[in-house]
Amino acid sequence: MNATAIIQAVEAQYLRASALPQVYIGDTIRVGVKIIEGNKERTQPYEGIVISRRGSGINQAITVRKVFQGVGVERVFLLHSPKLESIKVVQRGKVRRAKLYYLRDRIGKSARIKQRFDRPLT
Amino acid sequence: MSVGILGKKVGMTQLFDQKGNAVPVTIIQAGPCRVTQIKTVAKEGYAAIQLGFGAVGAATRVLKTKAVEGGESRRANKYLTLGQQGHLRKSGADLLRHLREYRVTDVSAYQLGQEINVTQFQEGEHVDVVSTSIGRGFAGNQKRNNFGRGPMAHGSKNHRAPGSIGAGTTPGRVFPGLRMAGRLGGKRTTAKKLMLFKIDSVNHLLLVKGTVPGKSGTLVSVVPAKVVGK
Repeated sequence: MNATAIIQAVEAQYLRASALPQVYIGDTIRVGVKIIEGNKERTQPYEGIVISRRGSGINQAITVRKVFQGVGVERVFLLHSPKLESIKVVQRGKVRRAKLYYLRDRIGKSARIKQRFDRPLT
Repeated sequence: MSVGILGKKVGMTQLFDQKGNAVPVTIIQAGPCRVTQIKTVAKEGYAAIQLGFGAVGAATRVLKTKAVEGGESRRANKYLTLGQQGHLRKSGADLLRHLREYRVTDVSAYQLGQEINVTQFQEGEHVDVVSTSIGRGFAGNQKRNNFGRGPMAHGSKNHRAPGSIGAGTTPGRVFPGLRMAGRLGGKRTTAKKLMLFKIDSVNHLLLVKGTVPGKSGTLVSVVPAKVVGK
């Protein structure tokens, strides 16, 4: 086995078993994040727009942006992380870019993304 | 100090621990090694275990000995000298590329030709990893000694120069040990107290948390962590 094959075999044990729904840039999604408080474990929802997607294999990650109380919040989720419990696509978005970093400079109406209807939500 | 294991650095990746945190790990293909020589206080003056690791290609070369009349010329493995091959034959091991010694207090637990593999380690244990760091050639003070640099603009011609290296006529010399440009890397380096994230005894893999010196493919030696003052 060469080095790449060994690394991929090791990573394969840590990849997510059940597939998540297909997520595109510009989609509005609701992420279920596992949180451990003391001994209790609960799921916290986090909703926002997918503005970037990077990496491949076990390193694959998405950046989800939302505006909370007037403050922009961006969270990066590793798609194969066990902390990420679920992803639900709320709305598909129509965008022309792979990275929506321009949303950081916009507020209010201009920060909206047009909805598209040709992609199913699941 | 107990016996370690020899291996090859495969590369790095990131995996998830039980809490779900992403952990950077280095994959080391370690062993199986063979005990190729046992050194004792009575014979060599110190107690140590010599381990061999790494397969050698099967290609042969013609020996420059006098050919027997009409007979074929003698051939031997191309990659090791006859001395090395004779030494390895004593332990009954296959031809091995790398030999390393580990000092031990008691050699009675080891036999010649015994296989050493990753099962001697436990997950969660701390280890030291010894290998050759990446050679950076002749490096300046910015890279080698973390010096600052001069201004790049506004007429400055002092960009990456070392600055003053001492006073003038008194003392009239440069003090020894002054940090200057020179060869960087390519040296034996130890990464201390790395946590063993996972052990794969089927594929002979050790996964340690953090980075290991050297490029992928380099020979590494993994030993149980040396705790100072113990």
